[in-house]
Amino acid sequence: MKRKLMAAAIGVTAAFAAPLAFTSEELNFDAYRQMLADGNPAELFEMEGEELWVTARGPKNATLEQCDLGLGPGVVEGAAAQLPRYFADTGKVQDLESRLMHCMETLQGIPSGEIIGGKFRQGERGKLASLVAYVVTHSKGKPIAVDVSHPKMQDMYAMGEKVFFYRTGAMDFSCASCHGEDGKRIRATHLPNITTNKGAAEGWTSWPAYRVSNSQFWTFQHRLWDCFRQQRTAEPVFASDVTIALSVFLAAKSNGYEAQWPGVKR
Amino acid sequence: MSKKAIAPLALTVVLAALLAGCVKHGHYAPGASATPAAGAADQALEARVEEMMLTSFKATGIASLDRQVRDEVQKACSSPVQPDAETMRRLEEGQMATIQWPSNGDFTGGDWKEGARIAISGRGLTWTDASPDNNGGGCYNCHAMDPGEVSAGTIGPSLVGYARLRGNSEEIVRYTWGKLWNAKAYNACSNMPRNGYGKILTETQIRHLMAYLFDPASPVNK
Ligand code: HEC
Ligand code: HEC
Repeated sequence: MKRKLMAAAIGVTAAFAAPLAFTSEELNFDAYRQMLADGNPAELFEMEGEELWVTARGPKNATLEQCDLGLGPGVVEGAAAQLPRYFADTGKVQDLESRLMHCMETLQGIPSGEIIGGKFRQGERGKLASLVAYVVTHSKGKPIAVDVSHPKMQDMYAMGEKVFFYRTGAMDFSCASCHGEDGKRIRATHLPNITTNKGAAEGWTSWPAYRVSNSQFWTFQHRLWDCFRQQRTAEPVFASDVTIALSVFLAAKSNGYEAQWPGVKR
Repeated sequence: MSKKAIAPLALTVVLAALLAGCVKHGHYAPGASATPAAGAADQALEARVEEMMLTSFKATGIASLDRQVRDEVQKACSSPVQPDAETMRRLEEGQMATIQWPSNGDFTGGDWKEGARIAISGRGLTWTDASPDNNGGGCYNCHAMDPGEVSAGTIGPSLVGYARLRGNSEEIVRYTWGKLWNAKAYNACSNMPRNGYGKILTETQIRHLMAYLFDPASPVNK
């Protein structure tokens, strides 16, 4: 089964990645998204994540079945749609990735430092991404419902908004330089206007996503990391405050919009 | 549930915007505040954000933590609302003084073909780039230039037919050099990078781009 899906995924990549590299993805994107709708290759990651959730691992040889993503221990259904949120047990605002990292450390004994110091798609950070695929799939079609009533959530939102307009680095860019107006493009790539609820939701509800161009599954942390790279800042630390603040800003603006997770992207 | 949860925040946001009296494009202006108390609170938040922009990042490759610290222009333009006209003028004056004009007063000598390569390349200065030299200008990320290139961005205005439409008077040539060297000298909060001042491009590369924009043989002017 797994092997069969893998073969299908490779077929899809070969068929679509090559022409897309040369033409505007705007022209045919909807068509291929539709073709993939019944078989998003992110399913491979989702299946791996589901397995990881119930597998006893780490120094403590435990599963993640007691992990509380905000709706109670073990509840995955709808959990991603209400993240990020404030967690009383850590006294912190956490997104899906930082919360999973916390569960891996406390339940399984897998040190967070290994994930923070690691690389995307590799080692424990790669496994974490598969867990993300598993969890977000169980919020597909649900409205985003992020509760910003806690003062720490409000604070993170305010910080995230400031960061969004924070111009810095060699090219003086902020997020708003590329995502601050309607209908703008970088080359042929459409840029959502994240200052609007609709534009923020366009981004938030479609990531994590499977990227057809490189056959990779990218989490939202990974998406932000690459935008900071394009912004020419220094490298953001995995699950650091800046990534949480921006996530709260985008997620809260997306409230009420339907989660499309996992997305399919160029 | 979600609507109710966001209501208090939305209310604060609306109030802040009303107080500040400067809703532009329908966005709320976090930087601007009418009351001293709101001003102090915003300054405290600003200070924490500056701190976070250091602590949440690490130096990788050629991308050092210096990049996280804003200069005067970046700081003044880190809000959805531009600074007042007086501040803009003062900033632009300062930026104008940084422009390095060609030493011999000659703006020509570039090769439009080289210019095309620089305009097309968007690479350079990320933490995955090996060296800070040989960057692209990334012009096509934001501008249409050669009408034959369909994959052109729209963040900046179209530059198709640049010299054909504007001519090559001393004034327009000088302005264009200045704009390429330091776009913020003409609009302090421009979205365009400061190519010369920011050491993104060298003087020679800017000369090639001038040729790309002004040479009658360049596809930009065809
Ligand atoms: C220099 C340009 C640039 C900057 C600065 C930038 N981005 Fe992006 N962003 C892009 C591009 C280009 C894409 C589309 C990438 C792709 O499709 O591969 C994108 C995609 C996104 C998406 C996904 C949108 C979607 O619908 O798929 C989000 C969310 C996002 N950016 C957020 C941000 C945030 C937050 C910041 C600031 C930290 C930021 N970006 C800074 C260029 C930029
Ligand atoms: C990230 C966006 C961006 C990039 C990259 C960029 N520009 Fe611009 N450019 C703009 C914007 C926006 C304007 C509009 C005026 C302003 O506010 O500065 C502009 C204006 C200009 C103008 C003046 C046009 C006029 O009508 O007065 C010229 C010339 C120009 N750009 C050339 C270039 C060249 C050459 C490059 C590459 C080396 C480049 N730009 C890169 C965004 C950009």
